Amino acid sequence: MVEIPSGSAGAIPSAEVEDVELYHPKSWWTKYVFSQDAKIIAVQYSLTAIAIGLVALVLSWLMRLQLAFPGYFAFIDADHYYQFITMHGMIMVIYLLTALFLGGFGNYLIPLMVGARDMVFPYANMLSYWIYLLAVLILAAGFFAPGGPTGAGWTLYPPQAVLSGTPGGKDWGILLMLSSLIVFIIGFTMGGLNYVVTVLQGRARGMTLMRMPLTVWGIFTATVMALLAFPALFVACVMMLFDRLLGTSFFMPAIVEMGEQLQHGGGSPILFQHLFWFFGHPEVYIVALPAFGIVSDLISTHARKNIFGYRMMVWAIVVIGALSFIVWAHHMYVSGMNPAFGFFFATTTLIIAVPTAIKVYNWVLTLWRGDIHLTLPMLFALAFIVTFVNGGLTGLFLGNVVVDVPLSDTMFVVAHFHMVMGVAPILVIFGAICHWYPKVTGRMLNETLGQIHFWTTFLGTYAIFFPMHYLGLLGVPRRYFEMGETAFVPPSAHTLNIFITVMALIVGAAQMVFLFNLVWSLFRGREAGGNPWRATTLEWQTPQTPPAHGNWGKELPVVYRWAYDYSVPGAAEDFIPQTAPADGGITREVPA
Amino acid sequence: MSVTLIFLAVIAAIIVWWLSGQRLASKPWLETGSVQLPDHHGTDQQQPPVPAVKIGLFVFLGVVGALFSLAVSAYFMRMASTDWWGTPVPRLLWVNTAALALSSVALQWARREAGHGHMESLRPVLAAAFALALFFLVGQVQAWRELTAAGYVLADNPANSFFYMLTGLHGLHILGGLAVLAHTTVRAFASDVQPDRLRLSIDLSAIYSHFMLAVWLLLFALFAGWANDFFDLCRTLLT
Repeated sequence: MVEIPSGSAGAIPSAEVEDVELYHPKSWWTKYVFSQDAKIIAVQYSLTAIAIGLVALVLSWLMRLQLAFPGYFAFIDADHYYQFITMHGMIMVIYLLTALFLGGFGNYLIPLMVGARDMVFPYANMLSYWIYLLAVLILAAGFFAPGGPTGAGWTLYPPQAVLSGTPGGKDWGILLMLSSLIVFIIGFTMGGLNYVVTVLQGRARGMTLMRMPLTVWGIFTATVMALLAFPALFVACVMMLFDRLLGTSFFMPAIVEMGEQLQHGGGSPILFQHLFWFFGHPEVYIVALPAFGIVSDLISTHARKNIFGYRMMVWAIVVIGALSFIVWAHHMYVSGMNPAFGFFFATTTLIIAVPTAIKVYNWVLTLWRGDIHLTLPMLFALAFIVTFVNGGLTGLFLGNVVVDVPLSDTMFVVAHFHMVMGVAPILVIFGAICHWYPKVTGRMLNETLGQIHFWTTFLGTYAIFFPMHYLGLLGVPRRYFEMGETAFVPPSAHTLNIFITVMALIVGAAQMVFLFNLVWSLFRGREAGGNPWRATTLEWQTPQTPPAHGNWGKELPVVYRWAYDYSVPGAAEDFIPQTAPADGGITREVPA
Repeated sequence: MSVTLIFLAVIAAIIVWWLSGQRLASKPWLETGSVQLPDHHGTDQQQPPVPAVKIGLFVFLGVVGALFSLAVSAYFMRMASTDWWGTPVPRLLWVNTAALALSSVALQWARREAGHGHMESLRPVLAAAFALALFFLVGQVQAWRELTAAGYVLADNPANSFFYMLTGLHGLHILGGLAVLAHTTVRAFASDVQPDRLRLSIDLSAIYSHFMLAVWLLLFALFAGWANDFFDLCRTLLT
C-alpha cells in the first residue's frame, strides 16, 4: 500500500458542512423551468437536443427517399433537397451532438462526478440553456421563413451560400442560420465556462485530477477545445453576415450573378474555409472526446475491471485535444492550397491516429479477461469500439492527399463521416443514457425494448453506411440531387440506394422504440436503487436517487481512491466506491 | 492563421505549465488515502484560494483572446489581396487610446486602494474609470462618424470593413465591461457593501480592463500599420 505523503490515511475529519451559495427554488417555475440546478438544466438540454435531432432524423429520411426514388416524391425538388442536407448536417453536428454531450452529459455528470453541489455559476448555467433554446428556435424558424432554410450545405461555403442560386441565399434562410450559430456560441460560452471552472475549482476533497473518471476528463478537455474553437465559427458567421447584409467583401470575390455584376470584389472564399475548419476539425473531437471518456467508464464498470492504462488514457485525451488544432486543412485538400501544406496536414492527421489507437487498445485490454456483463450500456460501448475503428480506418484513406482528392466528392466521405462522427457518438449517447437513466429517474430501462432498439440500430446503421463506401469507390458523387444517366455508375448502384433507404427508414423507426422506452420506463420501470450497476464513481454514492438539489445532503463526499477499483483482490465486493476510506479492511499488494 | 497559432501556442504553454503541477505522472491505482486538492497557488496555506469567479474570468479572457486573434488572422490573410488600401487613422483615436489607458490606470489605482482597505477614497477613482471608459466608447463612435463623413464607408474597401468590424467587436466587449463596472461603482457608493466582495469586483474589473486595453493597443497598431511593418521586418530577418 502506497500512501500519499501529503495525506493522512483513514481518519480524516469529514468535510465541513458548507453553506454553499446555492439558489434555492421558491416555486414550481424556478424549480423545474427556470431552474439553476445543473441536473434539471441537463435534462432540459438533452430533451431539446433530442427534439431537434428528431427533426434532423426526418430530414435524413426525406433525403434518402429522394436518392432511392428520384422524381417519385413531387414535394422534394432540388432546392428542398439541399435544404434538407444543410439542416440535417448542422442540426446533428452542433445542435444535437455538441449540445447533448456538453450541455446534457456535462451538466449532469460534472458536478456529480467531481463531488460538487452544483456548477460554480448556476445563473450563467441557466442562461446558457435558455440561449441555446433561443438558438434552436431561430434555427427552426428557417423552416417557416419565406424561401425556407438555407441550402448552402452544412459547411455554408461562400460565395454560393449568399447568392440567389442557393435556397435561402437571398432570403431569410442564411441569415437565420448565421444568427442561430452566433447565439448558440454565446450560450455555449456561458455553459463552457461553468464546466471548466467547476472541474478546476469545485472538486471534492481528495479528488485529484488523476482520480477523476475519464468521462470528466473527456468532457473537460472537449470544453476547453470548444471554448477556443467556437470563436472561429463566430468570426466567420459575423463576417459572412456583413457580406450578406452590408455589402462588404470579406469572403465574396468579384462575381456575376444572373448576368449582373455584384458589388463585391476581391474577397477570399478560402479565408472562410480556413476559419470554418479551424472550428470544424476540433469540433469532431469536441464530440469524440466526451464519447471516449464515457465509453471508458462504461467498459470498466460493466466488465468489472479497472481501466487499462488510466494514465495513458488521460495523456491521450490531452494530446488528441492539442493535435486537433493543427489538422484543420485536411478538409481543404481540394481547395487548391499549396501542396506543401497538404503534406504537413496529412502528417499531423496521421499522427492523431497514434493516441487514438492507444485508446482503442486500452479499451480492448480492459475487456481482456474481464467479467463482461452484456448489459445495454455495455452493448452500446462494444458497438462503439467496432464502429469507431471502422470509421477511423477510412479516415486513414481520406487523410492522405492523393487518396482524398479522387474520393473527396463521393459517397465515400459521407460513409466515413457518418461512421466515425454520426453513428459512433450516437451509440455512446444511447449507452450513456442507458447507463445513467437509473440515476436520473430512479428506474431501470426496459431490457427487452432496449435489446430490440440496440440490435436494430447497430446492425441497421452498418447496412446503411457500409454499402456507401462501395458507392463512393464507384464514383457516386455526394450532394447530388439525382444521378440521371451516368456512364460510370452501374444500375446495381441504384438498387443499392433503394436498399440503403429501406434500412434508413427501419433504423429511424427503431428510434421510436427507444423514445417509447424512455417514457414507459419512467412510470413502469423497475426500481433501480442508488447504485444498480455497482459502480465506484461518486454519482452513484448520492444519499438520494435521483439526487436532490445540492446533490450530497449535509456533507460533501471525501474521495479516497481512484475511480476504477473493480475486482480488487481481497476486497469484500467486486467494487470499492471512491468514498470508501483507505482502511476499509482491504489489503492490496503492490506489484513488484 | 499564424497569429492564431501563436496565440494557441501561448494558451498551450499555460495549460502545460498548469498540468505539470497536477501530478499527471502519478499512479492513482496504487494510491489510497485522502489527498488534499493540489493547490494552484503554492504550498503556503496562509494565502486564500483563488475565487472561482476569477478563474472564470481568466478562462473567459482566453475565449476573447481566441476571438480577436482569429479576427486578426483573417485581417492579415485578407490583406494579401490586391484590392486593399489602408484606412487612415483618425487623430481622435489617439485621444480615445489615452482615455482607455487612463481608465485602466484608474482601475488599477482603485484596486490598490481597495487592497489597503480605503473603501471611501476609491469611490471617485472608480467613477472616473467608468467615465473614461464611457468617453472611449463615445469617442469610437465619433471616429466612425468622421471616417464615414470623409467617405471611408464600410463596404468600400476590405480595410474599412475590418476597421469597422474589429472596432465594433472591441466596442461591444468594452460595453459589456462597462455594464459590470457600472454595477460595481453603484455598489461602491452603497453603504451596506461587504468590503471583500467589492474588492473582488474591482479586482475583476481591473483585470478585464487591462486585457481589453492590451487588445485595443494591438488593434491600434494594426490599423496604424505598425504591425505590418513589424511583420515585414520579421520576414526580412527570416529570409
